[in-house]
Amino acid sequence: MADYSYTLTELMAVTAARQIKDGEVVFAGTGLPMLGAMLAQRSHAPDCCIIFEAGTMASQLAHLPMSVGDPRVMRGAATAAGLSEVFSYVLQTGRVDVGFLSGAQIDRFGNINSTSIGVDPRQPKVRFSGSGGACDIACLAQRTVIIALHEKRRFPETIDYVTSPGWLEGGDSRQKAGLRWGGPDVIVSTKAVMRFRTNTKAVYLASYHPGLSAQAVADDTGFSLDIAGATETPIPTEEELYILREVVDPERVFLK
Amino acid sequence: MANKIIGLEDAAALVPDGATISFGGFTTQRHPMAFIYELIRLKRRNLYLFGHSPGGDWDILIGAGCVKRVELAYEADEAFNTIGPRWRLAVQRGEIEWEDYSNFAMVTRFNAGAMGLPFMPIRSLFGSDVLARQALSEEQRAADPRTSPKKLHVMESPFDPNDKVVLLPAIHTEFAVIHVQKATANGTVRFEGQSFADVQQALCADMVIVTAEEIVEEAELRREPERNLLPYFTVKHVCHVPFGSHPYAVFNYYDYDPRQLKTYHDGAEDEAAFQQYLDKFVYGVNNHTEYLEVIGGAERLNSLKADPEFGYSPNLKRRRLE
Repeated sequence: MADYSYTLTELMAVTAARQIKDGEVVFAGTGLPMLGAMLAQRSHAPDCCIIFEAGTMASQLAHLPMSVGDPRVMRGAATAAGLSEVFSYVLQTGRVDVGFLSGAQIDRFGNINSTSIGVDPRQPKVRFSGSGGACDIACLAQRTVIIALHEKRRFPETIDYVTSPGWLEGGDSRQKAGLRWGGPDVIVSTKAVMRFRTNTKAVYLASYHPGLSAQAVADDTGFSLDIAGATETPIPTEEELYILREVVDPERVFLK
Repeated sequence: MANKIIGLEDAAALVPDGATISFGGFTTQRHPMAFIYELIRLKRRNLYLFGHSPGGDWDILIGAGCVKRVELAYEADEAFNTIGPRWRLAVQRGEIEWEDYSNFAMVTRFNAGAMGLPFMPIRSLFGSDVLARQALSEEQRAADPRTSPKKLHVMESPFDPNDKVVLLPAIHTEFAVIHVQKATANGTVRFEGQSFADVQQALCADMVIVTAEEIVEEAELRREPERNLLPYFTVKHVCHVPFGSHPYAVFNYYDYDPRQLKTYHDGAEDEAAFQQYLDKFVYGVNNHTEYLEVIGGAERLNSLKADPEFGYSPNLKRRRLE
């Protein structure tokens, strides 16, 4: 047990940050991905290149943006252009190493719904904002990190709409559908870290967050979750927490 | 050189009911909000909107009953409110028609239109329901020339049978309205910061209306032509509208207004509160100058002004507003 405390948001931000390797090109979204990317840049990955789909590349954020089109993403950026430049020349050509995604529903193959709830999307019970760039990131980043609220209803057997394709039906179905590279690498949820088996592409529990058990996580998952070999999620270091709290988000925009 | 400057009210009045239109900006920055408020005051109806990631510009137009159909990728103010409230309600109540694309897909559609091509390919969307499903029926599409008869088309590469792409139909709108930092009376336009898809949106429109924070001399913008993204002859009208994007940000000029956004979001899902918002900030004022007084006048606007070092207001409080 550490003799310091941290919150769930901090644990998730740190876990997200650790998915980014130094020198990588990172496609970040609003919220937790921004916390993670900014932390990575200020700690183990100073040369990661943070790209925002609205048009900036290699931002060196001084203040957390509220959107990917925020004037704050201009800070320290190497280039600023528009969506077409980012999507056409950078994402579509496979130059993005890691992209961040999230959504309301996620299935066992990492397919994500951020469009609507209800069997018929033309008459949805609940409508969300829609894909934005998520579908494109899911299709064209070399790998993706999925951030998720871990609730049974959010990890159902089948999702109502595939906004962002993951491993589709598993196996080689993603490639067969016409996606030549990429796919989900990890899900960082409010309860666990989940990864995907090499051949079947089905999700498995890699680690459960401190205070929980593998079985407790499985019980809160709507599909049957492979928990064999799961360990406890490594906790944040004091240095990571210091950077998060004092450098990345002193204003507590996203940190709780 | 031409003098293309006209009043904002006159510019908005050019847009008829049923027009196809796109607005510049991205979620929380550089939307032509003053123009949007004019359209609402004019009680325009049955507009067809095309966009990638609009925010409150579309949301208030939808809520005010001005919109018939939208083609989009996303509608929200991101971290200020992750689902556009009036957009969500309008869809759930069946009050609006829409079609879902992705941001890359929509930008590609604008690009195709801007280049005069019928369609353009991308490698995205495979395996998704953005590709597999459509919200607009074949009948709705066939009945209305403002919408492409087909959402998209998957094609094998003629050069490689093992490669395939998604073809997306070009967008042509009657109007594009973009809000920028600087423009000249002649229609030369300067973007500062991200350009979003404003250039493509402008170039696929029959009529481009530019609203600008500042009107400057032609010679000033021609000293650095590489920073001007639209040739003047593509711009039909120019309006001088300081704080024309409020409550959204304009890089190097002012930040977004978290208090105004909170006022909007707090009431937007309640019919009476939303009507009160419209009554106070849109119908209850005659023009943008009066609007800027009602939202708090010089004191509020000065609090949003960009720090020249950052291009935004680094000490702006964005959370936990009373």
